Amino acid sequence: MDIRVSADEPTSEERAAIDAVLGAPTSSWTGGERDTEGEGHTSLHAGREARSRRDLLLPALHAAQSRVGWITPGALATICKRLTIPPAEAHGVASFYHLFSTTPRPPAVAHVCDDIACRTRGGESICAMLLRTLGPEGSPARDGRMTWKRSPCLGLCERAPAALFTIAGERPRTFTLAPVTKASAIEAALESRETETSARQRIESVRRSVPQSGQPGLRLLRRVGQVDPEGLDAYRASGGFEALRRALSIGPAKVIEEVIASNLVGRGGAAFPTGRKWDAVLKAPARPHYLVCNADESEPGTFKDRLLMEGDPFAVLEGILIAAFAGGCERGFVYVRGEYPLAAERMERAIAAARAGRILGPSVLDSDFAFDVEVRRGAGAYICGEETALFNSIEGKRGEPRNKPPFPVHVGLFGKPTLVNNVETLANVPLVILDGGAAFAKSGTAGSSGPKLFCVSGHVTRPGLYEVPFGKTLRDVVDLAGGVLGGREIGAILLGGAAGVFVGDDRLDVPLTFEGTRAIGATLGSGVVMVFDHTTKLGDVLLRIAAFFRDESCGQCVPCRVGTVRQEELLQRLAAARPLGSLAQEKTLLREIGQAMRDASICGLGQTASSAVESALARFEPFSSGSTKR
Amino acid sequence: MSPDPIWFRPPPRPTRVPEAPPRKEPPSVEITIDGVKRQAPEGSTILEACRAAAIETPTLCYLENLTPVNVCRVCVVEVVGSRVLVPACSRKVEAGMTVLTDSERVRLSRKMVLEFLGSSVDLSTAPGVESMMKRYGADPKRYGAPAPAAAANARDAREPGHHHAPDGRAAETVAQPVKIDNDLYVRDYGKCILCYKCVEACGTDAQNTFAISVAGRGFDARISTEANVPLPDSACVYCGNCIGVCPTGALMFKSEHDLRAAGEWNESKQTKTDTICPYCGVGCTLTLHVQDEHIVKVTSPMDREITHGHLCIKGRFGFDFVHPRGDGSPDDRVR
Repeated sequence: MDIRVSADEPTSEERAAIDAVLGAPTSSWTGGERDTEGEGHTSLHAGREARSRRDLLLPALHAAQSRVGWITPGALATICKRLTIPPAEAHGVASFYHLFSTTPRPPAVAHVCDDIACRTRGGESICAMLLRTLGPEGSPARDGRMTWKRSPCLGLCERAPAALFTIAGERPRTFTLAPVTKASAIEAALESRETETSARQRIESVRRSVPQSGQPGLRLLRRVGQVDPEGLDAYRASGGFEALRRALSIGPAKVIEEVIASNLVGRGGAAFPTGRKWDAVLKAPARPHYLVCNADESEPGTFKDRLLMEGDPFAVLEGILIAAFAGGCERGFVYVRGEYPLAAERMERAIAAARAGRILGPSVLDSDFAFDVEVRRGAGAYICGEETALFNSIEGKRGEPRNKPPFPVHVGLFGKPTLVNNVETLANVPLVILDGGAAFAKSGTAGSSGPKLFCVSGHVTRPGLYEVPFGKTLRDVVDLAGGVLGGREIGAILLGGAAGVFVGDDRLDVPLTFEGTRAIGATLGSGVVMVFDHTTKLGDVLLRIAAFFRDESCGQCVPCRVGTVRQEELLQRLAAARPLGSLAQEKTLLREIGQAMRDASICGLGQTASSAVESALARFEPFSSGSTKR
Repeated sequence: MSPDPIWFRPPPRPTRVPEAPPRKEPPSVEITIDGVKRQAPEGSTILEACRAAAIETPTLCYLENLTPVNVCRVCVVEVVGSRVLVPACSRKVEAGMTVLTDSERVRLSRKMVLEFLGSSVDLSTAPGVESMMKRYGADPKRYGAPAPAAAANARDAREPGHHHAPDGRAAETVAQPVKIDNDLYVRDYGKCILCYKCVEACGTDAQNTFAISVAGRGFDARISTEANVPLPDSACVYCGNCIGVCPTGALMFKSEHDLRAAGEWNESKQTKTDTICPYCGVGCTLTLHVQDEHIVKVTSPMDREITHGHLCIKGRFGFDFVHPRGDGSPDDRVR
């Protein structure tokens, strides 16, 4: 491939950071590898060989970004040369993700969440404070050493308000702070140099978010906050890898039989039967088969996958191994969202420990099953939680969803059959194998089997992650979290995240099952239960949701790219009581915008971008003055 | 055996290029379109089946010589049993499929797509869009007055993530000044509907130059060179194949742009003449668009096997030598 790259040169620091990811070039030829073993002649196989490493684009961009705080033209040019990527395409990729910057940015950045959950706990007032102390969002402060930016949901809703810090440098650091209520705390974190946390802190940080931790009867959360998440032996001692051992002994076909019998369905939001998916992958003739663990949890209000990875990474890994075995997968990727530094680190440590313990590698637990998996970090894009956008992101492309069909089980990652499952789904897999499919199917309800995690946040007394068997009602779950904060009344509850629907307190007795929520026109989505008390200005929440979808639309298809903009503009008009024409005309227009996005968008983002807004307008009067009630 | 030695009687010269052996016809499948049962070759698309049945289906991002990207969504149809509408341009026919091309859902989505584009993009030079709008009753005006245009390169500097909240008084658009950074063609991204065609033509579908790509995200997504450098600093080789595939006139010959700016562009006065490019031995067909005895732009017919509508810089732009010099023609202004 003949590509033209600018003459910009990186600094030696940037070059070292990029080489740390791509390996040092073997000669001054930076286009690819030289074959030095061939006798007497040197053959260059820059083209295909280098292009086949395109999937290293995001890791290389991460390296450059976290070294100096932005992706300089020199760094981009070097990456393009090393991987034979046209610079225009690399620029297109770098400018797609909001944790990357293609323009100069200070090395220390605080990404302050102003999304719907943090809003209930003072997220906006922190932004106001930062505006006073550090200046406008994005502008360099304190001699250009730092800046702050508003961020979409960071998945720390149980400890809202939250902030993510990215500190570039020789030892780059990414960490979160929650709750964070003072601008001074944010500035201190931007200046801080600490990195180490003690083992006890490591466990306790998770325990705070899981109020049920240590209670008997828990299944998915059994080890979370109790067992050292970084100890392979501790995991083994608590019954770890028994399910994997059993799976290896019964063979892929029987594993799939058990998973089908268990009625396990995907927990990412789409509720697709897991066993059927695995069966399709196993039977797909093309090779190799890939496994992708979708840990790009970005749905506002969702934090279950983060806590599973932070609190019990080996269980997630065990689920991955069993799924890979069942689907005949040879290689896997765990795609962790860029805002989850601790989860990514814990998964990486668990994978390294498992590799050292010969649980991953050419011979898994001394069987003839060979499998390896690696962690890939996202870089700030909600859309990459859509499975085909996620594939594109791993492949080093813009995170734009693909049209389906073909489906991932046939044409997935790198164009090959791919088994892709959500973290919580995979965490259920060891339970299915240990219980047996039939026994697992008996737990929960007829239509929804097994345990379920709910992310309860907003105006509740004890926000956190709760595990209940399917069948509990919305009231049960809200009560588990200690009811509404300060004994106030419920105004509205958002079920299923920003892509979900609002319900009122008349729906408290709905069973939180797939069939139960469907019956009332709602959705479980990713298990979000976000409570807003009666003093909440629901209109503000809707405006934030509309802005969120506009920000996070990939921009590929017209209905979503423009529809999300028009939806936000229309809501702003309603909020300002300044309709274009009559109110009835505006309502018709909103309905038509929603219908077109739902019907004609390529992926689930556009298809659900109007869901919460429309449900709120149907049940409440979000833009009338006064309290939120039906 | 003929008694004549063959060198005395050479076989007659063929009068036409020998044809390739006929391709095996793919088996056909039966589908129902708008209530009528039809046969369509296996592996063909719903769009092809609709066109074979003379059902007019609007398209914007689709072109016969490019891989379908199905992003504009104006060709969506309803497939019975499918939760959402499907893009006709890329969805393959399946046996037993029931397709509705004019249902209420289809009409609404097509109308809204056209309104979304009409309210955010300048479609004044996009052929065919006006009649599509009329057919579906699209009214781009109902989103309010257009917001003021962005300053030059302002949209290219937008970062993904949070945007400034609109007040809803005006409809956001992609309006911006025209990018004029070379003598051959202009890029008027205020007319860009982001159909990806130019990116495809610059990439593996035709030119393999990869000078442009989609950058940014969401409504701020735009076609961009690396870091938005001017074309002469980019990898662009000025083949102009992006102009050839652009459905809205966002990419335009500078000669056409200048004539339009001067109010002198007049298609009714133009003739189109097919000829063969004089530069090399490939033999590409050129269509010369001539106004007032001057070539104002060059295209190539899509249905020619040699070019499939694509040309190189010489065929596309190297026509200046046929014009007399110094007569104040548009090309003098271009120079």
